[in-house]
Amino acid sequence: MIQVSNVVRLGVKELWSLLRDPIMMVLVVFTFTVSIYAAATAMPESLHNAAIAIIDEDQSLLSARIVASFYPPHFKTPVLASLAEVDAGMDSGRYAFGLSIPPDFQRDVLAGRKPAVQLNVDATLISQAFVGSGYIQQIVGAEVGEFVQRYRRSASVPVDLVLRMRFNQNLERTWFGSVMDLINNVTFLSIILTGAALIREREHGTLEHLLVMPVTPLEIMLAKVWSMGLVVILAAMLSLLFVIQGVLRVPVHGSALLFMLATALYLFATTSMGIFLATLARSMPQFGMLLVLVLLPLKLLSGAITPNESMPLFVQNVMLATPTTHFVSAAQAILYRGAGIDVVWPQFLAIIAIGGFLFIAALVRFHKTVSQVVN
Amino acid sequence: MASRTGPEGTAVNKPDASPAPYAKPVAILVGVNLRYGKIQALAGIDFEIPAGCMAGLIGPDGVGKSSLLSLLAGARAIQEGHVEVLGGDMASRHHRDTVCPRIAYMPQGLGKNLYPNLPVEENLQFFGRLFGHDAVERRRRIDSLTTSTGLNTFLSRPVGKLSGGMKQKLGLCCALIHDPDLLILDEPTTGVDPLSRRQFWDLIEHIRTEREGMSVIVATAYMEEADRFDWLVAMDAGRVLAMGTPAELKTSTNTALLEDAFIALLPEQKRLGHQAVMLTPLVESANAEIAIEAQELTMRFGDFVAVDHVNLLIRRGEIFGFIGSNGSGKSTTMKMLTGLLPASEGRATLFGREVDSRDIETRRRVGYMSQGFSLYGELTVRQNLVLHARLFQVPEVQILARVNEMLVRFGLGDMPDSLPESLSLGMRQRLSLAVAMVHKPELLILDEPTSGVDPLARDMFWQLLIELARQDRVTIFISTHFMNEANRCDRISLMHVGRVLVTDSPSALVRKRGTQTLEQAFISYLEEASANTSQACAVPAADVFMSVKLAGSFGVKPLRRGFSVARALSYMLLETLELRRDPFRAALALLGAAMLLFVVSYGISFDVNQLSYAVLDRDQTGLSQNYALNLSGSRYFLERPPIADYVDLDQRMRSGKLSLAIEIPSGFARDIQRGTPAQIGAWVDGAMPVRAETVGVYVQAIHQTWLVDIAKNRLGITLEAPSTIETRYRYNPNVQSLSAMVPAMIPMLLMLIPAMLTALSVVREKELGSIINLYVTPVTRSEFLLGKQFPYILLAMVNFLILMALAVTVFGVPVKGSFTTLTLAALIFVVGSTGIGLLASSFTKSQIAAVFLTLMGTIIPSVQFAGLVDPVSSLQGLGAVIGRIYPVAHFLDINRGVFNKALDLSGLDSSFWALLAAVPVILGLAILSLNKQES
Repeated sequence: MIQVSNVVRLGVKELWSLLRDPIMMVLVVFTFTVSIYAAATAMPESLHNAAIAIIDEDQSLLSARIVASFYPPHFKTPVLASLAEVDAGMDSGRYAFGLSIPPDFQRDVLAGRKPAVQLNVDATLISQAFVGSGYIQQIVGAEVGEFVQRYRRSASVPVDLVLRMRFNQNLERTWFGSVMDLINNVTFLSIILTGAALIREREHGTLEHLLVMPVTPLEIMLAKVWSMGLVVILAAMLSLLFVIQGVLRVPVHGSALLFMLATALYLFATTSMGIFLATLARSMPQFGMLLVLVLLPLKLLSGAITPNESMPLFVQNVMLATPTTHFVSAAQAILYRGAGIDVVWPQFLAIIAIGGFLFIAALVRFHKTVSQVVN
Repeated sequence: MASRTGPEGTAVNKPDASPAPYAKPVAILVGVNLRYGKIQALAGIDFEIPAGCMAGLIGPDGVGKSSLLSLLAGARAIQEGHVEVLGGDMASRHHRDTVCPRIAYMPQGLGKNLYPNLPVEENLQFFGRLFGHDAVERRRRIDSLTTSTGLNTFLSRPVGKLSGGMKQKLGLCCALIHDPDLLILDEPTTGVDPLSRRQFWDLIEHIRTEREGMSVIVATAYMEEADRFDWLVAMDAGRVLAMGTPAELKTSTNTALLEDAFIALLPEQKRLGHQAVMLTPLVESANAEIAIEAQELTMRFGDFVAVDHVNLLIRRGEIFGFIGSNGSGKSTTMKMLTGLLPASEGRATLFGREVDSRDIETRRRVGYMSQGFSLYGELTVRQNLVLHARLFQVPEVQILARVNEMLVRFGLGDMPDSLPESLSLGMRQRLSLAVAMVHKPELLILDEPTSGVDPLARDMFWQLLIELARQDRVTIFISTHFMNEANRCDRISLMHVGRVLVTDSPSALVRKRGTQTLEQAFISYLEEASANTSQACAVPAADVFMSVKLAGSFGVKPLRRGFSVARALSYMLLETLELRRDPFRAALALLGAAMLLFVVSYGISFDVNQLSYAVLDRDQTGLSQNYALNLSGSRYFLERPPIADYVDLDQRMRSGKLSLAIEIPSGFARDIQRGTPAQIGAWVDGAMPVRAETVGVYVQAIHQTWLVDIAKNRLGITLEAPSTIETRYRYNPNVQSLSAMVPAMIPMLLMLIPAMLTALSVVREKELGSIINLYVTPVTRSEFLLGKQFPYILLAMVNFLILMALAVTVFGVPVKGSFTTLTLAALIFVVGSTGIGLLASSFTKSQIAAVFLTLMGTIIPSVQFAGLVDPVSSLQGLGAVIGRIYPVAHFLDINRGVFNKALDLSGLDSSFWALLAAVPVILGLAILSLNKQES
């Protein structure tokens, strides 16, 4: 049996504690403003300022045109260098791409001898290597093609591929980055706040005090869930309105209200997770270590950095057990693609199910640790 | 000086009256002021403390005794005025450094400056090392000190598991290990039982006879103790009321007891409410209702029996006292009665109902106050009362009246909006009692409610208790170490090692033992019981102290100035032991790093594949199907059922089920045959820009190959590009994510985990109080921090080797370059990453803030700005700046260089320089953000 009034009152008490902890308030505000802004604006467009060096052994009109066709923002202004310099530069990571135009390139092109330019790609820069070499191939191909067109006509098949980017025509990464960062901060803050609040009560002895009062562990837990959830959802909403839509000018296609509903469900799951972790840890240092182990995979593998479908099946399945993956996918559908509840209901159900499981697990652990608390 | 004049006009400032053997006083205070924000803790303090004697500071709570002592010990920075200790100015850093080995300071609180997880032996060893004694010397000193205090049989027991009295004795041993000339004790016997208290003072007495000339300054709330001191300062509200020998204070106030003398010295308005506690006897009635009944109540923690078959019978309206040595099981018994702890054996009833932790009904009738008053520091006085009233379901209409009643009754009416932290201990304790009583319980269980509370406040508190018991018929079950309080109970139980020795009225107990006072009766009971069990607390023998004295004359080496490896080493050993005591944490660090390397390296993948696509084929010809087939042949794409119409297309793209939709217009094949330009539409889900970009590149490439193919096979034209491009993927020829990710993950993990491990090392000492050792011992900030850092560097290097082994064996990512270079870089890097943890720890005041700061300061920049996803060179704005200075980025370059590019030191020198530059900056900042004194 739950006394709703107790849950409300204990929750209000939690809100007071947060309000009276100025450092924590500053951190919360910072997280949902400056941190999101910095992360969103730091992200380059998919190919931005890529460092390219060119070895021009042809020194012809065509090679000069090729060199001139690389310019910001996609590429840095190319550096003309010798073979040895390019090698050293790529080793040290100074250049991501090295393009080598062989001698007599222009003459061979016009003579129809199909000469080859050589492109060296630093393949350790996975995210740039592939897209960048694609761009370079297109740029060189177009430059050479245009050059040749002036001298002779060539046959072609008149089929055009019209590529349209939906939901984000210019593929602006700020749109993606800002919302994903918001989600990430929602995860971090909700888990840390609830978990640390429980450990703090345990360390300060107030938990013991609560347990002699006519309140049940369930009520104590629910109070923490709703109050910390409320703080985070408010921060998230303000951040979405004023930082993401306001300052960063990211258009939100879908219903912000539906997103907030998703966030509320998600917070139920993460705050429960916070309590669960706090019952596993015996001290704040242990809690800190647990946080690292849990938060890093949540950040990297939930689909907010790289797409889920490219991950190995095993990892995909493991991540499906976390609420974050479902939330990220629902948030992307709602905010970027304007999806409605008819589209995202499976994710909603998954979040509720995982949240419910985490809540019960946390409650069971909480009951068990109560006796340890007293010692 | 007005402040020296007591209310009776007694200025007893006669230092010459003290039995100082030296002409020079041990400490001189001139015009000392101290404020904490708005609160004036000390106001215009001027006096001299005579050397070579036992000087006492007495006064109510929160009058500035502790502040004064911390100034004398050099633990707190002087704000205003002049403090001279042992012949030098304590404001001078040079003097503090020189003199601190001659001062020993024991802060307030049981074992506050000790390390609770570590055994007795290691605590003593730590302090010995800190003061530069060698191993043989330490052994000798520890043996002599522990033998004389009876701690020698508990050397391997963790300090946290010692009783309060033993903790204080250990604290004294730790303080005495370096033969101080000045011993500063802040309420050393608060919360300590009478027997241990007596042993403690005997010990001090012996040491003083052996170490002649040693000065002792003590703050105490026990007036009977203060009565034995040579010289006293009475303080109130940050000012000095009077000073002189106890006899002088008593004569000047015409009182017989020091306690009364003190009360007489207080300003008029403070004395106003005070009157001697009058006890009205309990009206005996034959059919008295039973409030508490315990039968054979037993509590076991593993093998340890904390409470051993206790029987109690407490009548309604009775004040029942519980006295006994520290750790004798009083608190545990009380917790069992409240239902907090389920009893291992036996049964207990409250008001005839079995105690059951689930019984919410009974909880409403009970008020409980635990040892550490558990108030919500973040709520005001009024808010605390209202919250508790509501939780106990006092009817809403009555709450306001009830809270006001409590405020008045407990003298809190002036400060309803203050936060508990700003109140003195005595006020907080009154608030705790008010909170425990706000719902008008029929039974109050009070666990040492008056520990550390001054006499005046205690008397007021007792008046309230008696009123409650006699007027409101509230049953009171109280534990205490004060014998005058025990005397006021109707009956008392004496508890020792889990058993109740005897239960009777105080006067009957005194009669039974044939002693003068209850304290003597109590001690005689305890001594008898101890003799039967173990000789845990042997009274020191004089010859033992001879060795201490000898040690004093030969043992002290001149302390080295500047950086001392030995002192850093003592902190290093301490931290290593703490780490070893918490194997779960070290295991989490090592296994966790391995686990994360697995999950994340496998999981995070920039190979964009398995992209789902579907075709809206409006042409339905062989050629259009050929186009679709061409896509499905690619390993990157995964075909889904064809799209029916635009609505279907829209719906499926919105839900994220399709990353790519292809539309082939009707008449496609016909147009191609005729040579009429045709268009194929491709919609890419742009929600994830990186993925969309890659999809675009793939589709275009596939489209091109299809065109060449069609031209050749169907139209008989050979399409030839005028030039070709040969692409060589260097360093990672198969463009595998894994061989790029593993080297990139290692720096991230070696940042996150060591930083988090180190992050609590300093702030935990701040929260638990042992940071005081940094303030008052010769250790410098850099010795302290670097010593603490060292074990974590070692652990991080072990972590590094494990990760390397995994990378090479399990992941099959070979190290192409120089392993030595990589190890060297890793070493520099982990000094930096543990340094970041130290920085967060030095900078913050609470553990939560340190955890939060470390997480935000490591995960976010490592993942977003250090080149894991996007190369640092392509970042913009603030992120680019962070990326360029953050060590992870440079270590990442070195890792990629060595793993993938077969480089060594010479090819990576710029990254090395950047790493090397970051380390001293981080450590320097950490050292600077730590204070050597409390400010």
